[in-house]
Amino acid sequence: MSTAGADVVGQGPGPTTEEEQPRGLAGLYRHAMDNVKSGNLGVLPIVLGLIFIIVFFSFKATNFFTATNFVNIIIQMAGTAMLAYGVVFVLLLGEIDLSISYVAGIGALTVAELQNPGSGHQISGLLAMVCAVLVCAVIGWGQGSIVARVGVPSFVVTLAGFMIWQGVILQRLEQPGSIIIQDRWINYTASYFFSHFAGWLIAAIVTLVYVITVTAGIMGKRRAGVAIGHKGMIAAKMVGVAAASFGTVAICNHSYVQGRPLGLPLAGVIIVFFLVVLTFLAKRTTFGRHVYAVGGNAEAARRAGISVSRIRILVFMISSSMAAIGGIILAANVNSVDLNFGGGTLLLNSIAAAVIGGVSLFGGRGEVRGAFLGALVIATVSNGLNTAGYATGIIYEVTGVILLLAVTLDTVAVRLQVRSGR
Amino acid sequence: MTETPLLELRGVTKSFGSVQALSEVDFEVRNGEIMALVGDNGAGKSTLIKCVAGTHAADSGEILFEGKQVNIHGPKDSAKLGIEVVYQDLALCDNLDVVQNMYLGREAHDKLQRLKEPVMEQKTAETLKSLAVTTINSIRQPVATLSGGQRQSVAVAKAVQWNSKLVILDEPTAALGVAQTEQVLALVRRLGEQGLAVVIISHNLHDIFETADRITVLRLGRNVGLYERRKTTQQEVVEAITAGQPTKVSGIPSTAPAGAAS
Repeated sequence: MSTAGADVVGQGPGPTTEEEQPRGLAGLYRHAMDNVKSGNLGVLPIVLGLIFIIVFFSFKATNFFTATNFVNIIIQMAGTAMLAYGVVFVLLLGEIDLSISYVAGIGALTVAELQNPGSGHQISGLLAMVCAVLVCAVIGWGQGSIVARVGVPSFVVTLAGFMIWQGVILQRLEQPGSIIIQDRWINYTASYFFSHFAGWLIAAIVTLVYVITVTAGIMGKRRAGVAIGHKGMIAAKMVGVAAASFGTVAICNHSYVQGRPLGLPLAGVIIVFFLVVLTFLAKRTTFGRHVYAVGGNAEAARRAGISVSRIRILVFMISSSMAAIGGIILAANVNSVDLNFGGGTLLLNSIAAAVIGGVSLFGGRGEVRGAFLGALVIATVSNGLNTAGYATGIIYEVTGVILLLAVTLDTVAVRLQVRSGR
Repeated sequence: MTETPLLELRGVTKSFGSVQALSEVDFEVRNGEIMALVGDNGAGKSTLIKCVAGTHAADSGEILFEGKQVNIHGPKDSAKLGIEVVYQDLALCDNLDVVQNMYLGREAHDKLQRLKEPVMEQKTAETLKSLAVTTINSIRQPVATLSGGQRQSVAVAKAVQWNSKLVILDEPTAALGVAQTEQVLALVRRLGEQGLAVVIISHNLHDIFETADRITVLRLGRNVGLYERRKTTQQEVVEAITAGQPTKVSGIPSTAPAGAAS
């Protein structure tokens, strides 16, 4: 057994390697610095950027750093965040979906139609939302099938979708101009606030579920005798999740609109719910693993027996379904669907959110939480500039600069990572 | 050495249109043996391998595995028999880590399709240890950060991990430096020592003479020689590669008929 190559025994792979870690804060710092040096920046730059943006606008605009505006930002980011979550999966494959903004419009139009009291086909708002998601999932299936089975580039297929679905919206709404959404269930997605107590309860549940999941994971690893990640880091993350959940609820519970107390918005819970569910899907299931594999090397995935076209179609269905959910929230936010729904910056903001959050346009790299942070940055900047009284032009310019900065930083980081490895 | 070969090909013929890629080729490899398959460009090495791997179907001829005749119609058939091919371009996903690549497409999961990461990580560590692949610092680092030799080792380990009986390596050292080549060749020898049948395709005769037990030489889609490494020289093999005469004459006229002095 002992031939050349066995002379380096001792630093063998497996259980023994990652046990000797420095403890305490110093160890945590070193762990983080190692990551930074090797270009594995994670969410660090975007979080720092976000803090900078918040501090900046707090000094610039008097109404910015208030509990009520915090709630506003949550509701404003919800729609974009949903679309951006879907974009993550498409980008992970190295594909693009340009149709999402108008597919969101189709989703919104579907709920508006189905809840329309005068139409003769009125159904419950909850059912209408399910129908809207199904309709858009079918759209995604169609577009995905053309990409995956026929082989038309996704850019072209979804550009065609962009035009077609815009056309459908215009055609349907040309006469009425808009449809008012009266159904309370639909409107709740953007305007329901939990009571203060319910808010605390939700924060407690989120924290508890996180702690239990992480602990179960550690126990599983220990049972298999596999190295556990950095202990300080795990503890820090637990504290971070608890602080974020309870902090968010604390701020939301201090918000008021015209003297009436608000609370944790349902939109915020929806954002976190899909963040968790889609992160689980991407990181903890075979499907998610195959998405990363196809995005990294489609040929390798095919040789490994993965059905590449099935994965592609499912991903386009996810992106369309998430667009539908985003569309419903956006429509609920203004209680109507009008001719221009899905236009403007919705598409580009959604893609920008994912890209700012570190999702690579070339496939295989990125996480759902990136889209969350990206959407948060975009909403905060636009809210801040609005509150400070800047013109719309400035908002676009600043968003563009942030996008450029984020991608430049990411490109440099990847180069560092490759260099450090070799 | 008279046991039944693990894999035996008898008179395999394959043509692409008017191009005769393989004509009446015989080939065999035994358990625990490293068989080299050499030949110049266009000699039919890759075609032969693809017939075994199921990428191509042979036009005629027999394939015997463990003494029994088998039909290989696709990559899944060959995988089921325990044949794994490590292609030149490795077929690894750069963005995934070592564990994820080792289990690509065959992830351990529960009923809810949840991945069993700890199990996969532990088994990967075991596999690498059993093959004495010791140069990889962390099996949780992305394959993109590994050196060429390490990547090749991962690709080989991936092929071995699934109870495979026959591992076919296509140019495993083509893109590697001297030290990394040594590392991979050591790994190849270890596979043989563990009782696996190994077929190694290479242009590099040095590599072949470092590892192989026997050497099959193809030229223009025909057998031109089968040598035992200990009883031959590089000179003899080179002559076979460049100017070898077919060892058997079939009904199909060859470009260089047997017996014709060139």
